[in-house]
Amino acid sequence: MDFDLMLNSFPKLLNATLVTLKLLSLSLIIGLFLGFCFAILRLSKNIFINRFAYGYSYLFRGTPLLVQIFIIYFGLGQIEFLRSSALWVILKEPYWCAIIAFSLNTGAYTSEIIRSALQTIKLGFIEAGKSLGLSNKIIFFKIQIPIAIRQSLPAYGNEIILMLKGTSLASTVTLMDLTGVAKYIISTTFKPVEVFVVAGSIYLFLTFLIHNLIKFLEKKYSY
Amino acid sequence: MSLLSFGNSGWGDELFFATLMTLAVSLTAMIIGFIFALIFTPLKLSKNKFLNIIANSYTTVIRGVPELLVIYLFFFGGSGAVMFVASIFGYNEYIEINAFITGSFAIGIISGAYSTEVFRGAIQSIDKGQFEASQVLGLKKPIHFLKVILPQMLRLAIPNLSNVWQITLKDTSLISVTGLVEIMRQSYIAAGSTRDPLFFYSFAALLYLLLTFLSMKLINKLEIKYNRGF
Repeated sequence: MDFDLMLNSFPKLLNATLVTLKLLSLSLIIGLFLGFCFAILRLSKNIFINRFAYGYSYLFRGTPLLVQIFIIYFGLGQIEFLRSSALWVILKEPYWCAIIAFSLNTGAYTSEIIRSALQTIKLGFIEAGKSLGLSNKIIFFKIQIPIAIRQSLPAYGNEIILMLKGTSLASTVTLMDLTGVAKYIISTTFKPVEVFVVAGSIYLFLTFLIHNLIKFLEKKYSY
Repeated sequence: MSLLSFGNSGWGDELFFATLMTLAVSLTAMIIGFIFALIFTPLKLSKNKFLNIIANSYTTVIRGVPELLVIYLFFFGGSGAVMFVASIFGYNEYIEINAFITGSFAIGIISGAYSTEVFRGAIQSIDKGQFEASQVLGLKKPIHFLKVILPQMLRLAIPNLSNVWQITLKDTSLISVTGLVEIMRQSYIAAGSTRDPLFFYSFAALLYLLLTFLSMKLINKLEIKYNRGF
Protein backbone atom coordinates (compact mmCIF):
# COMPACT_ATOMS: atom_id res chain seq x y z
CA MET A 1 0.00 0.00 0.00
CA ASP A 2 1.34 3.37 -1.03
CA PHE A 3 -0.12 5.77 1.52
CA ASP A 4 1.60 8.81 0.07
CA LEU A 5 -0.13 8.27 -3.24
CA MET A 6 -3.46 7.87 -1.46
CA LEU A 7 -2.93 11.13 0.43
CA ASN A 8 -1.79 12.95 -2.70
CA SER A 9 -4.62 11.74 -4.88
CA PHE A 10 -7.30 12.49 -2.31
CA PRO A 11 -7.61 16.27 -3.02
CA LYS A 12 -7.61 15.64 -6.78
CA LEU A 13 -10.34 13.05 -6.43
CA LEU A 14 -12.30 15.29 -4.10
CA ASN A 15 -12.21 18.03 -6.72
CA ALA A 16 -13.47 15.59 -9.31
CA THR A 17 -16.29 14.62 -6.95
CA LEU A 18 -17.70 18.10 -7.50
CA VAL A 19 -18.04 17.32 -11.22
CA THR A 20 -19.75 14.03 -10.37
CA LEU A 21 -22.16 15.77 -8.01
CA LYS A 22 -22.94 18.48 -10.57
CA LEU A 23 -23.68 15.87 -13.22
CA LEU A 24 -25.78 13.89 -10.76
CA SER A 25 -27.89 16.76 -9.44
CA LEU A 26 -28.57 18.36 -12.81
CA SER A 27 -29.59 15.09 -14.46
CA LEU A 28 -31.72 14.10 -11.47
CA ILE A 29 -33.64 17.38 -11.63
CA ILE A 30 -34.26 17.12 -15.38
CA GLY A 31 -34.91 13.39 -15.07
CA LEU A 32 -37.48 13.88 -12.32
CA PHE A 33 -39.34 16.37 -14.49
CA LEU A 34 -39.20 14.01 -17.50
CA GLY A 35 -40.21 11.05 -15.37
CA PHE A 36 -43.19 12.91 -14.01
CA CYS A 37 -44.37 13.96 -17.48
CA PHE A 38 -43.96 10.48 -18.93
CA ALA A 39 -45.66 8.83 -15.95
CA ILE A 40 -48.74 10.95 -16.62
CA LEU A 41 -48.54 10.14 -20.34
CA ARG A 42 -48.34 6.45 -19.45
CA LEU A 43 -51.61 6.72 -17.54
CA SER A 44 -53.35 8.42 -20.45
CA LYS A 45 -56.17 6.49 -22.10
CA ASN A 46 -55.10 7.53 -25.59
CA ILE A 47 -53.32 4.47 -26.96
CA PHE A 48 -50.79 6.45 -29.03
CA ILE A 49 -49.67 8.62 -26.14
CA ASN A 50 -49.60 5.58 -23.93
CA ARG A 51 -47.52 3.58 -26.38
CA PHE A 52 -45.15 6.48 -26.94
CA ALA A 53 -44.43 6.78 -23.22
CA TYR A 54 -44.04 3.02 -22.90
CA GLY A 55 -41.67 2.92 -25.87
CA TYR A 56 -39.53 5.65 -24.34
CA SER A 57 -39.14 3.84 -21.06
CA TYR A 58 -38.61 0.46 -22.76
CA LEU A 59 -35.93 1.86 -25.05
CA PHE A 60 -33.95 3.57 -22.32
CA ARG A 61 -34.27 0.76 -19.79
CA GLY A 62 -33.43 -1.97 -22.27
CA THR A 63 -30.17 -0.53 -23.58
CA PRO A 64 -26.94 0.19 -21.71
CA LEU A 65 -26.34 3.77 -20.64
CA LEU A 66 -23.01 3.66 -22.46
CA VAL A 67 -24.76 3.18 -25.82
CA GLN A 68 -27.07 6.08 -25.06
CA ILE A 69 -24.17 8.42 -24.29
CA PHE A 70 -22.30 7.33 -27.40
CA ILE A 71 -25.33 7.83 -29.63
CA ILE A 72 -25.83 11.33 -28.29
CA TYR A 73 -22.17 12.36 -28.15
CA PHE A 74 -20.75 10.68 -31.26
CA GLY A 75 -23.91 10.00 -33.24
CA LEU A 76 -25.91 13.20 -33.19
CA GLY A 77 -22.97 15.23 -34.49
CA GLN A 78 -23.34 13.37 -37.75
CA ILE A 79 -26.70 14.92 -38.55
CA GLU A 80 -26.01 17.93 -40.76
CA PHE A 81 -29.22 19.64 -39.74
CA LEU A 82 -28.30 19.50 -36.04
CA ARG A 83 -24.79 20.76 -36.66
CA SER A 84 -26.06 23.92 -38.30
CA SER A 85 -28.79 24.55 -35.75
CA ALA A 86 -28.54 26.50 -32.52
CA LEU A 87 -28.66 23.21 -30.60
CA TRP A 88 -25.10 22.49 -31.70
CA VAL A 89 -23.78 24.87 -29.06
CA ILE A 90 -25.08 22.39 -26.49
CA LEU A 91 -24.52 19.14 -28.37
CA LYS A 92 -20.86 19.72 -29.09
CA GLU A 93 -20.04 19.85 -25.39
CA PRO A 94 -19.42 16.43 -23.83
CA TYR A 95 -20.71 17.84 -20.53
CA TRP A 96 -24.17 18.59 -21.91
CA CYS A 97 -24.28 15.39 -23.93
CA ALA A 98 -23.65 13.44 -20.74
CA ILE A 99 -26.35 15.40 -18.92
CA ILE A 100 -28.85 14.77 -21.74
CA ALA A 101 -28.10 11.05 -21.76
CA PHE A 102 -28.27 10.75 -17.96
CA SER A 103 -31.49 12.75 -17.76
CA LEU A 104 -33.22 10.70 -20.42
CA ASN A 105 -32.02 7.50 -18.77
CA THR A 106 -33.04 8.36 -15.24
CA GLY A 107 -36.25 9.89 -16.61
CA ALA A 108 -37.23 6.49 -18.01
CA TYR A 109 -36.65 4.70 -14.71
CA THR A 110 -38.29 7.50 -12.71
CA SER A 111 -41.38 7.43 -14.91
CA GLU A 112 -41.83 3.75 -14.09
CA ILE A 113 -41.40 4.43 -10.37
CA ILE A 114 -43.91 7.29 -10.35
CA ARG A 115 -46.37 5.42 -12.57
CA SER A 116 -46.45 2.38 -10.32
CA ALA A 117 -46.79 4.63 -7.28
CA LEU A 118 -49.72 6.46 -8.86
CA GLN A 119 -51.35 3.19 -9.88
CA THR A 120 -51.10 1.55 -6.49
CA ILE A 121 -52.93 4.33 -4.66
CA LYS A 122 -56.01 2.84 -3.06
CA LEU A 123 -59.20 3.82 -4.86
CA GLY A 124 -60.71 4.69 -1.49
CA PHE A 125 -58.52 7.78 -1.21
CA ILE A 126 -59.73 9.11 -4.54
CA GLU A 127 -63.34 8.20 -3.78
CA ALA A 128 -63.06 9.96 -0.44
CA GLY A 129 -61.85 13.06 -2.25
CA LYS A 130 -64.68 12.85 -4.73
CA SER A 131 -67.33 12.44 -2.05
CA LEU A 132 -65.94 15.54 -0.37
CA GLY A 133 -66.68 17.36 -3.61
CA LEU A 134 -63.06 18.09 -4.49
CA SER A 135 -62.29 18.80 -8.12
CA ASN A 136 -60.20 16.32 -10.10
CA LYS A 137 -57.31 18.76 -10.13
CA ILE A 138 -57.27 19.11 -6.35
CA ILE A 139 -57.63 15.35 -5.90
CA PHE A 140 -54.62 14.86 -8.15
CA PHE A 141 -52.36 17.47 -6.57
CA LYS A 142 -53.45 17.20 -2.95
CA ILE A 143 -54.18 13.50 -2.60
CA GLN A 144 -52.58 11.42 -5.33
CA ILE A 145 -49.27 13.26 -5.63
CA PRO A 146 -48.37 13.38 -1.91
CA ILE A 147 -49.22 9.69 -1.47
CA ALA A 148 -47.33 8.78 -4.63
CA ILE A 149 -44.26 10.69 -3.46
CA ARG A 150 -44.21 8.79 -0.19
CA GLN A 151 -44.78 5.50 -1.99
CA SER A 152 -42.00 6.03 -4.49
CA LEU A 153 -39.34 7.28 -2.06
CA PRO A 154 -37.58 3.92 -1.43
CA ALA A 155 -37.45 3.04 -5.12
CA TYR A 156 -36.38 6.55 -6.03
CA GLY A 157 -33.58 6.37 -3.48
CA ASN A 158 -32.27 3.31 -5.30
CA GLU A 159 -32.53 5.15 -8.56
CA ILE A 160 -30.45 8.06 -7.20
CA ILE A 161 -27.73 5.62 -6.15
CA LEU A 162 -27.84 3.88 -9.54
CA MET A 163 -27.55 7.27 -11.19
CA LEU A 164 -24.60 8.21 -8.98
CA LYS A 165 -22.88 5.11 -10.31
CA GLY A 166 -24.08 5.92 -13.81
CA THR A 167 -22.33 9.29 -13.81
CA SER A 168 -19.04 7.37 -13.87
CA LEU A 169 -19.73 6.78 -17.57
CA ALA A 170 -19.15 10.48 -18.19
CA SER A 171 -15.46 9.59 -18.09
CA THR A 172 -15.88 7.73 -21.39
CA VAL A 173 -16.68 10.99 -23.18
CA THR A 174 -13.58 12.77 -21.88
CA LEU A 175 -15.18 14.31 -18.78
CA MET A 176 -12.97 14.32 -15.71
CA ASP A 177 -15.41 13.17 -13.08
CA LEU A 178 -14.44 11.05 -10.05
CA THR A 179 -13.99 7.89 -12.11
CA GLY A 180 -12.25 9.79 -14.91
CA VAL A 181 -9.65 11.26 -12.57
CA ALA A 182 -9.27 7.91 -10.79
CA LYS A 183 -8.57 6.21 -14.12
CA TYR A 184 -6.09 8.93 -15.03
CA ILE A 185 -4.19 8.50 -11.76
CA ILE A 186 -4.24 4.69 -12.13
CA SER A 187 -2.91 4.81 -15.66
CA THR A 188 -0.08 7.20 -14.73
CA THR A 189 0.99 5.51 -11.49
CA PHE A 190 -0.07 1.88 -12.08
CA LYS A 191 -1.33 1.64 -8.52
CA PRO A 192 -4.94 0.53 -9.10
CA VAL A 193 -5.67 -0.75 -5.60
CA GLU A 194 -4.73 2.45 -3.75
CA VAL A 195 -6.70 4.70 -6.10
CA PHE A 196 -9.63 2.30 -6.04
CA VAL A 197 -9.73 2.41 -2.26
CA VAL A 198 -9.79 6.23 -2.16
CA ALA A 199 -12.23 6.74 -5.04
CA GLY A 200 -14.39 3.83 -3.90
CA SER A 201 -14.59 5.27 -0.38
CA ILE A 202 -15.77 8.61 -1.75
CA TYR A 203 -18.48 6.86 -3.76
CA LEU A 204 -19.47 4.76 -0.75
CA PHE A 205 -19.64 7.87 1.41
CA LEU A 206 -21.96 9.53 -1.13
CA THR A 207 -24.11 6.39 -1.30
CA PHE A 208 -24.29 6.37 2.48
CA LEU A 209 -25.39 10.03 2.52
CA ILE A 210 -28.09 9.45 -0.10
CA HIS A 211 -29.30 6.33 1.69
CA ASN A 212 -29.69 8.21 4.97
CA LEU A 213 -31.30 11.23 3.37
CA ILE A 214 -33.95 8.99 1.81
CA LYS A 215 -34.46 7.19 5.12
CA PHE A 216 -34.96 10.54 6.83
CA LEU A 217 -37.47 11.65 4.20
CA GLU A 218 -39.31 8.33 4.45
CA LYS A 219 -39.70 8.84 8.17
CA LYS A 220 -40.77 12.42 7.73
CA TYR A 221 -43.46 11.62 5.19
CA SER A 222 -44.74 8.38 6.66
CA TYR A 223 -48.32 8.39 7.76
CA MET B 1 -27.66 -1.74 -45.46
CA SER B 2 -24.46 -2.65 -47.26
CA LEU B 3 -22.75 -1.66 -44.02
CA LEU B 4 -24.31 -4.70 -42.40
CA SER B 5 -23.51 -7.23 -45.11
CA PHE B 6 -21.53 -10.31 -44.19
CA GLY B 7 -18.02 -10.87 -45.49
CA ASN B 8 -15.24 -8.38 -46.06
CA SER B 9 -17.35 -5.50 -47.33
CA GLY B 10 -19.69 -5.18 -44.36
CA TRP B 11 -19.83 -5.39 -40.60
CA GLY B 12 -22.60 -7.98 -40.35
CA ASP B 13 -20.48 -10.97 -39.42
CA GLU B 14 -18.30 -8.92 -37.07
CA LEU B 15 -21.35 -7.63 -35.23
CA PHE B 16 -22.86 -11.10 -35.14
CA PHE B 17 -19.79 -12.54 -33.45
CA ALA B 18 -19.63 -9.52 -31.17
CA THR B 19 -23.19 -10.27 -30.08
CA LEU B 20 -22.18 -13.86 -29.33
CA MET B 21 -19.26 -12.47 -27.32
CA THR B 22 -21.60 -10.25 -25.31
CA LEU B 23 -23.78 -13.28 -24.59
CA ALA B 24 -20.77 -15.39 -23.64
CA VAL B 25 -19.42 -12.74 -21.26
CA SER B 26 -22.85 -12.21 -19.71
CA LEU B 27 -23.39 -15.92 -19.16
CA THR B 28 -19.91 -16.45 -17.73
CA ALA B 29 -20.33 -13.43 -15.48
CA MET B 30 -23.73 -14.66 -14.33
CA ILE B 31 -22.28 -18.09 -13.46
CA ILE B 32 -19.33 -16.52 -11.62
CA GLY B 33 -21.90 -14.36 -9.85
CA PHE B 34 -23.84 -17.46 -8.78
CA ILE B 35 -20.69 -18.97 -7.36
CA PHE B 36 -20.06 -15.80 -5.37
CA ALA B 37 -23.69 -15.78 -4.26
CA LEU B 38 -23.40 -19.41 -3.14
CA ILE B 39 -20.46 -18.43 -0.96
CA PHE B 40 -21.83 -15.18 0.42
CA THR B 41 -25.53 -15.97 0.95
CA PRO B 42 -24.81 -18.50 3.75
CA LEU B 43 -22.40 -15.97 5.28
CA LYS B 44 -25.14 -13.35 5.18
CA LEU B 45 -27.65 -15.65 6.86
CA SER B 46 -25.19 -17.04 9.38
CA LYS B 47 -25.55 -16.17 13.04
CA ASN B 48 -21.85 -15.38 13.30
CA LYS B 49 -21.41 -11.58 13.45
CA PHE B 50 -17.98 -11.66 11.85
CA LEU B 51 -19.14 -13.64 8.81
CA ASN B 52 -22.09 -11.28 8.51
CA ILE B 53 -19.79 -8.30 8.35
CA ILE B 54 -17.70 -9.91 5.60
CA ALA B 55 -20.74 -10.67 3.45
CA ASN B 56 -22.35 -7.31 4.11
CA SER B 57 -19.25 -5.38 3.19
CA TYR B 58 -18.98 -7.34 -0.06
CA THR B 59 -22.52 -6.50 -1.15
CA THR B 60 -22.42 -2.92 0.12
CA VAL B 61 -19.09 -2.03 -1.47
CA ILE B 62 -19.86 -3.61 -4.82
CA ARG B 63 -23.33 -2.12 -5.02
CA GLY B 64 -22.12 1.31 -3.91
CA VAL B 65 -19.14 1.71 -6.24
CA PRO B 66 -19.56 2.33 -9.98
CA GLU B 67 -19.15 -0.73 -12.21
CA LEU B 68 -16.64 1.13 -14.35
CA LEU B 69 -14.35 1.68 -11.36
CA VAL B 70 -14.45 -2.03 -10.52
CA ILE B 71 -13.61 -2.87 -14.12
CA TYR B 72 -10.64 -0.46 -14.08
CA LEU B 73 -9.45 -2.10 -10.85
CA PHE B 74 -9.49 -5.52 -12.51
CA PHE B 75 -8.13 -4.29 -15.80
CA PHE B 76 -5.15 -2.48 -14.32
CA GLY B 77 -4.72 -4.60 -11.20
CA GLY B 78 -5.72 -8.07 -12.40
CA SER B 79 -2.47 -9.33 -13.80
CA GLY B 80 -0.56 -7.72 -10.92
CA ALA B 81 -2.65 -9.64 -8.41
CA VAL B 82 -2.28 -12.94 -10.26
CA MET B 83 1.48 -12.40 -10.58
CA PHE B 84 1.68 -11.69 -6.87
CA VAL B 85 -0.09 -14.94 -6.04
CA ALA B 86 2.07 -16.80 -8.56
CA SER B 87 5.24 -15.35 -7.04
CA ILE B 88 4.29 -16.90 -3.69
CA PHE B 89 4.38 -20.26 -5.45
CA GLY B 90 7.73 -19.39 -6.97
CA TYR B 91 6.62 -18.39 -10.47
CA ASN B 92 8.12 -15.06 -11.44
CA GLU B 93 7.39 -14.65 -15.18
CA TYR B 94 5.08 -11.98 -16.50
CA ILE B 95 1.50 -13.20 -16.71
CA GLU B 96 -1.04 -11.53 -18.92
CA ILE B 97 -4.69 -12.36 -18.37
CA ASN B 98 -6.94 -12.06 -21.36
CA ALA B 99 -9.69 -9.48 -21.50
CA PHE B 100 -12.44 -12.08 -21.51
CA ILE B 101 -11.43 -13.51 -18.14
CA THR B 102 -10.80 -10.11 -16.54
CA GLY B 103 -14.08 -8.78 -17.86
CA SER B 104 -16.23 -11.75 -16.86
CA PHE B 105 -14.65 -11.75 -13.43
CA ALA B 106 -15.26 -8.05 -12.87
CA ILE B 107 -18.86 -8.24 -14.05
CA GLY B 108 -19.29 -11.57 -12.24
CA ILE B 109 -18.30 -10.07 -8.90
CA ILE B 110 -20.77 -7.25 -9.47
CA SER B 111 -23.61 -9.55 -10.47
CA GLY B 112 -22.71 -11.82 -7.56
CA ALA B 113 -23.44 -9.02 -5.11
CA TYR B 114 -26.89 -8.54 -6.61
CA SER B 115 -27.55 -12.31 -6.74
CA THR B 116 -26.53 -12.64 -3.10
CA GLU B 117 -29.16 -10.12 -2.10
CA VAL B 118 -31.76 -11.89 -4.23
CA PHE B 119 -31.02 -15.32 -2.74
CA ARG B 120 -30.96 -13.92 0.78
CA GLY B 121 -34.36 -12.33 0.26
CA ALA B 122 -35.77 -15.50 -1.29
CA ILE B 123 -34.55 -17.78 1.51
CA GLN B 124 -35.78 -15.40 4.16
CA SER B 125 -39.26 -15.32 2.69
CA ILE B 126 -39.62 -19.09 2.77
CA ASP B 127 -42.07 -20.07 5.47
CA LYS B 128 -40.37 -21.07 8.72
CA GLY B 129 -42.55 -24.16 8.94
CA GLN B 130 -40.73 -25.62 5.94
CA PHE B 131 -37.43 -25.60 7.82
CA GLU B 132 -39.04 -27.09 10.91
CA ALA B 133 -40.93 -29.72 8.95
CA SER B 134 -37.83 -31.04 7.23
CA GLN B 135 -36.08 -31.09 10.60
CA VAL B 136 -38.91 -33.08 12.12
CA LEU B 137 -38.77 -35.49 9.19
CA GLY B 138 -35.09 -35.96 9.96
CA LEU B 139 -33.91 -34.98 6.47
CA LYS B 140 -30.17 -34.71 6.06
CA LYS B 141 -28.78 -31.23 5.45
CA PRO B 142 -27.98 -31.64 1.71
CA ILE B 143 -31.36 -33.19 0.97
CA HIS B 144 -33.10 -30.56 3.05
CA PHE B 145 -31.41 -27.87 0.94
CA LEU B 146 -31.76 -29.52 -2.48
CA LYS B 147 -35.28 -30.88 -2.15
CA VAL B 148 -37.00 -28.46 0.21
CA ILE B 149 -35.33 -25.07 0.16
CA LEU B 150 -33.92 -24.82 -3.36
CA PRO B 151 -37.13 -25.41 -5.36
CA GLN B 152 -39.08 -22.93 -3.26
CA MET B 153 -36.24 -20.45 -3.30
CA LEU B 154 -35.93 -20.57 -7.10
CA ARG B 155 -39.59 -19.78 -7.56
CA LEU B 156 -39.23 -16.67 -5.43
CA ALA B 157 -35.86 -15.70 -6.86
CA ILE B 158 -36.51 -15.99 -10.59
CA PRO B 159 -38.27 -12.64 -11.13
CA ASN B 160 -35.47 -10.82 -9.31
CA LEU B 161 -32.78 -12.90 -10.97
CA SER B 162 -34.15 -11.79 -14.31
CA ASN B 163 -33.46 -8.23 -13.19
CA VAL B 164 -29.92 -9.23 -12.25
CA TRP B 165 -29.52 -10.81 -15.69
CA GLN B 166 -30.65 -7.58 -17.36
CA ILE B 167 -28.21 -5.55 -15.27
CA THR B 168 -25.40 -8.00 -16.06
CA LEU B 169 -26.18 -7.95 -19.77
CA LYS B 170 -26.09 -4.17 -19.86
CA ASP B 171 -22.98 -3.99 -17.67
CA THR B 172 -21.01 -6.04 -20.19
CA SER B 173 -21.05 -2.99 -22.46
CA LEU B 174 -18.59 -1.43 -19.99
CA ILE B 175 -16.01 -4.14 -20.67
CA SER B 176 -15.46 -2.50 -24.03
CA VAL B 177 -13.08 -0.09 -22.26
CA THR B 178 -10.70 -3.01 -21.77
CA GLY B 179 -10.63 -3.77 -25.48
CA LEU B 180 -12.68 -6.97 -25.49
CA VAL B 181 -14.54 -7.06 -28.80
CA GLU B 182 -18.20 -7.32 -27.81
CA ILE B 183 -21.12 -5.34 -29.26
CA MET B 184 -20.00 -1.98 -27.93
CA ARG B 185 -16.35 -2.33 -28.89
CA GLN B 186 -17.22 -3.65 -32.35
CA SER B 187 -19.58 -0.74 -32.94
CA TYR B 188 -16.84 1.62 -31.80
CA ILE B 189 -14.42 0.10 -34.30
CA ALA B 190 -17.01 0.11 -37.08
CA ALA B 191 -18.07 3.66 -36.29
CA GLY B 192 -14.47 4.77 -36.36
CA SER B 193 -13.62 3.23 -39.69
CA THR B 194 -16.84 4.13 -41.52
CA ARG B 195 -17.38 7.51 -39.81
CA ASP B 196 -20.97 6.53 -39.26
CA PRO B 197 -21.31 6.43 -35.45
CA LEU B 198 -25.03 7.22 -35.42
CA PHE B 199 -25.89 4.14 -37.44
CA PHE B 200 -23.61 1.73 -35.60
CA TYR B 201 -24.42 2.86 -32.08
CA SER B 202 -28.13 2.80 -32.87
CA PHE B 203 -27.67 -0.69 -34.25
CA ALA B 204 -25.83 -1.65 -31.06
CA ALA B 205 -28.78 -0.33 -29.06
CA LEU B 206 -31.07 -2.45 -31.20
CA LEU B 207 -28.95 -5.55 -30.56
CA TYR B 208 -29.11 -4.96 -26.80
CA LEU B 209 -32.87 -4.48 -27.01
CA LEU B 210 -33.13 -7.74 -28.93
CA LEU B 211 -31.05 -9.56 -26.33
CA THR B 212 -33.06 -8.20 -23.40
CA PHE B 213 -36.34 -8.89 -25.20
CA LEU B 214 -35.47 -12.49 -26.06
CA SER B 215 -34.10 -13.27 -22.63
CA MET B 216 -37.23 -11.85 -21.01
CA LYS B 217 -39.34 -14.23 -23.12
CA LEU B 218 -37.20 -17.15 -22.00
CA ILE B 219 -37.27 -16.17 -18.35
CA ASN B 220 -41.05 -15.78 -18.44
CA LYS B 221 -41.29 -19.40 -19.52
CA LEU B 222 -39.08 -20.44 -16.61
CA GLU B 223 -41.22 -18.41 -14.26
CA ILE B 224 -44.35 -20.20 -15.43
CA LYS B 225 -42.61 -23.55 -15.02
CA TYR B 226 -41.59 -22.85 -11.44
CA ASN B 227 -44.92 -21.31 -10.58
CA ARG B 228 -47.06 -24.29 -11.45
CA GLY B 229 -48.92 -25.39 -8.42
CA PHE B 230 -49.18 -21.86 -7.07
